[in-house]
Amino acid sequence: MSIVQDIVTEDSRGEPVAAVAKTYLRIEGLSKMFGDFTALRNIDLEIYEGEFVCFLGPSGCGKTTLLRAIAGLDIQSSGRIEQAGQDISALPPAERDFGIVFQSYALFPNLTVAKNVAYGLENRKAPRDKIRARVAELLDLVGLADQGAKYPAQLSGGQQQRVALSRAIATSPGLLLLDEPLSALDAKVRVHLRHEIRALQQRLGVTTVMVTHDQEEALTMADRIVVMNQGVIEQVGPPLEIYRNPATAFVADFIGTMNFAAGTVEGPGQVRLGGVGLVCDTGELDAGTPVTVAIRPEDIDVQDVASGEENAFEAEIGDMEFLGSFFRAELTGEVIDGAGLRADMSINLVRRKGLKEGARVPVKLPRQRIRIYPESALRG
Amino acid sequence: MASVAQIPGAAIRPKLSRDDWAMRGLMVAIGLYLIITLALPLYAMMSKSIEIYAFQPANVEFQVDEGQGWGPTINALTRGEELGVLTRDDLVTTSDGRIQATRFFPDFSFLSETRYRIRNTEPTDGGFMIRGLQVTHDDWVEYSSGDFRRVTLRPGLSTGLGNYLAYFSNPALFSSIFNSLTIALISTVVTVTLAFGFAYALTRSQMRFKGAFKTIAMVPILVPSLLPGIALIYLFGKQSLVLKVLEWMLGEEAVAGLWQGLINGTYGPTEIYGPIGIVIASVFFTFPHALLIIMTALAIADARLYEAAVALRAPRPRIFWTVTLPGARYGLISAAFVVFNLVITDFGAPKVIGGQFNVLAVDIYKQVIGQQNFQMGAVVSVVLLIPALIAFTVDRMVQRKQVALLSARAVPYEPKPNRPFDRLMLAYCSLVGVFILGILAVCQYAAVIKFWPYDLSFSLNNYNFDVMDGGGWAAYGNSIRLGLYTAVFGTGLVFLGAYLTEKGRGFTYGRTGFQFLAMMPMAIPGMVLGLAYIFFFNNPANPLNGIYATMAILVVCTVTHFYTVSHLTAVTALKQMDPEFEAVSQSLKQPFYRTFGRVTVPVCTPAILDISIYLFVNAMTTVSAVVFLYSPDTALASVAVLNMDDAGDVAPAAAMGMMIFYTNATVRILHSLVTRGLLTRTQAWRMR
Repeated sequence: MSIVQDIVTEDSRGEPVAAVAKTYLRIEGLSKMFGDFTALRNIDLEIYEGEFVCFLGPSGCGKTTLLRAIAGLDIQSSGRIEQAGQDISALPPAERDFGIVFQSYALFPNLTVAKNVAYGLENRKAPRDKIRARVAELLDLVGLADQGAKYPAQLSGGQQQRVALSRAIATSPGLLLLDEPLSALDAKVRVHLRHEIRALQQRLGVTTVMVTHDQEEALTMADRIVVMNQGVIEQVGPPLEIYRNPATAFVADFIGTMNFAAGTVEGPGQVRLGGVGLVCDTGELDAGTPVTVAIRPEDIDVQDVASGEENAFEAEIGDMEFLGSFFRAELTGEVIDGAGLRADMSINLVRRKGLKEGARVPVKLPRQRIRIYPESALRG
Repeated sequence: MASVAQIPGAAIRPKLSRDDWAMRGLMVAIGLYLIITLALPLYAMMSKSIEIYAFQPANVEFQVDEGQGWGPTINALTRGEELGVLTRDDLVTTSDGRIQATRFFPDFSFLSETRYRIRNTEPTDGGFMIRGLQVTHDDWVEYSSGDFRRVTLRPGLSTGLGNYLAYFSNPALFSSIFNSLTIALISTVVTVTLAFGFAYALTRSQMRFKGAFKTIAMVPILVPSLLPGIALIYLFGKQSLVLKVLEWMLGEEAVAGLWQGLINGTYGPTEIYGPIGIVIASVFFTFPHALLIIMTALAIADARLYEAAVALRAPRPRIFWTVTLPGARYGLISAAFVVFNLVITDFGAPKVIGGQFNVLAVDIYKQVIGQQNFQMGAVVSVVLLIPALIAFTVDRMVQRKQVALLSARAVPYEPKPNRPFDRLMLAYCSLVGVFILGILAVCQYAAVIKFWPYDLSFSLNNYNFDVMDGGGWAAYGNSIRLGLYTAVFGTGLVFLGAYLTEKGRGFTYGRTGFQFLAMMPMAIPGMVLGLAYIFFFNNPANPLNGIYATMAILVVCTVTHFYTVSHLTAVTALKQMDPEFEAVSQSLKQPFYRTFGRVTVPVCTPAILDISIYLFVNAMTTVSAVVFLYSPDTALASVAVLNMDDAGDVAPAAAMGMMIFYTNATVRILHSLVTRGLLTRTQAWRMR
């Protein structure tokens, strides 16, 4: 536990994308209880101005709870939230400054698209033609300029979500909250909308928090990802950082595909995995500590490995799973038998080298790509 | 994971927005309305039921002066027992009970020169009175013979279970419990069986005219429960229409034997007056209620279960017993308890056709209206509350399970044509349809002929309500006013209340409490509610005493009486709305009333119309609660039916009953037209 926490605190500041990073949203010691159940446990987080942050995690990890606490819809049990320097911890939603988009779109079904978008603009003593111009501008922004007179039910899911988005940004809020906005859409529409939302956010420069359980979504859209599990933050960082250097076994397992194998620390920078001795970063772990060795299938080198190289050994190709543009092959053989390592091999490589099940190939686990976690950290 | 749940930092107290305050305030206001119009009257009734008026002769003493000075002190209790004027165990009376002081002196003569004096030994509220003035102090008061004859002993007020003891030691009273239970049980079995068959035909066959049958089956909702009783009197009463028709068809000789059977029945003049009549009338008016519930239960059947059963080659009866019935079991149980509750609390049917067969609801009426014994009325009310509460509780528990079934993702079942089966179902539904329409037809026929069975010529004399007891055409006008007021105010109140509980933020205790209050009216029988209103609102000490005997109290009573079903309809509609609407409008800084007015109400318009029509129809037909509360100025059509029937003007009663039917039917048709119009015009968004 202590190591995990160390890694978290070390990484949790992450790298802000903007050159001049100004904290816009500050969350301190935030906890939320539902009866005896702790949904959020002592969350600390800073979100910078203009940043796109994704809360990523499995269902029930607390990401939506955190979003709703930021919105004031379900106020936290304890802890502090500061937005633009103002303490908003106890404020009701109407006194906070945010726009929100839900998975269900929550468009008012009896109002036209234009009326939906104008909903937050009315009642503010703005002249009517100004509202109309703003609505037209917003609809144009999301590519629905000619759909204003329609009712939400007459639009496709993707279009409805765009309407919801333009309604949320109509009042130019300082913070945009997106609660699984793409989950109800078809796969293709989803991919398309990802880019649109991201582009729109960058154009407007609005600080945005999006909740998602889809790692691909988070990796493609976010400036920084907040990986959550069981009410705590596991890691905060830019997508590449999270993918390359998962701080915990949970993050490693949740994002992308990861091989996990049981090993033992043999000494500083030395780990034994089955019949192989590996050179890698072991941190401050003592010799004899049982650990979990992790490496991504695409990081295992199968190409042009010379024997005698560091972390290289010979393996036999087991079951080959065809996954479209590549194969994911099980690696067996006396040295690593039982470890269940899988390596990705491109179609090209397989064809060129004539690889097939039962073939013996030299493989290498590059030392920078190997991650070591205390054994107990994986799946309880 | 970390093992310790250490939550640092002080707990956050969410700040309430102006909206939150406004919503909570409104909710508390509506909650208070329910407390004042339901909880407090019920409390007043409960207190009344344990009020005992009993003579307290032990505290009364006499002295007599026959010219030789005052004689020895005579205790009224001792003397009374000696003389047999009263017994120690039989002192309970009503608030109006009186004993003449002279009864303690058998040789009393008001012409004699003898002087009497009397005193209370305890300054209680019992004591004695003379010329309407009560004396409660404990000094001797002297009277001449002439005045002494005007002295009476008053009962004192105490509390205890005496009224209940009196109730349960009087077989004439408590036998009603068994009568009520028997009637309710038999009616429940019959109605649920008939309604199940009907619902089965509508959902599991491909018979023709389903729409028409569905409409016909709903007809009884539109008439007061008094009406089937009236029709039964015409059909099977002393001048049985059925026998007249048979005579006409078969000749007098052939049916002469049947006359004897009818007229010398076990329960009074004819068999139909009594349990048989009550059961038939109850089945008539509870049928649509049971049908709606069972149809819902059957309609949610999952086609995949049937396909699986057929694929496993289960024979039809086995499918029925293993798939259909278990799927509908909650619906059946729920329907049974609803029917049971309706019958046991119903007043109309047994009043008209019960004859000498006493049931609880009629007992309340008799105690209060007939004998002015309000305490005993309250006792019977409490007794009636018990089965009603049990039925209500079980129904609520079952309904919850039914909802859980509904949410399961099922493929709707589509029945396949099956000629013989469809025809059988058509025949069955036709029979039920004939029964329902026949009841109405008989009433209409009776209303437009001169004098059954002697003068069968057409006449509208029976519609000349103004020359009869009951309130005349004004009563009909009052009923329509009551219906409109109830629909308008009731719908507004109920929908707003449901909105606030469903969509409010936080305030969990308040909302739970409100939900409980909103469910209560369904458990309270109308007769009980009406009587409770007398106790509560007719009390001069009550600041709301002013609404007693006005239209306002009728509206309040009717809204409260039918609150629960309306509330549930509103809640169901509100639950179907996206829960995030409120979150979005808060983020857009819009006050709740704006979203309520621009989104919630328009989207829920069909449900709002449903609630208003429900309230209107029930205000038109209800008798039970308002029968205690109307005044000469606010007589109602449904009560007029009752009173005209009571006075022997059965044909005009039928005519008025049919007026109620036509009014409700018209409103219903208007309602469906308006709903359809609204859906196509203002609710264009529903269409793709």
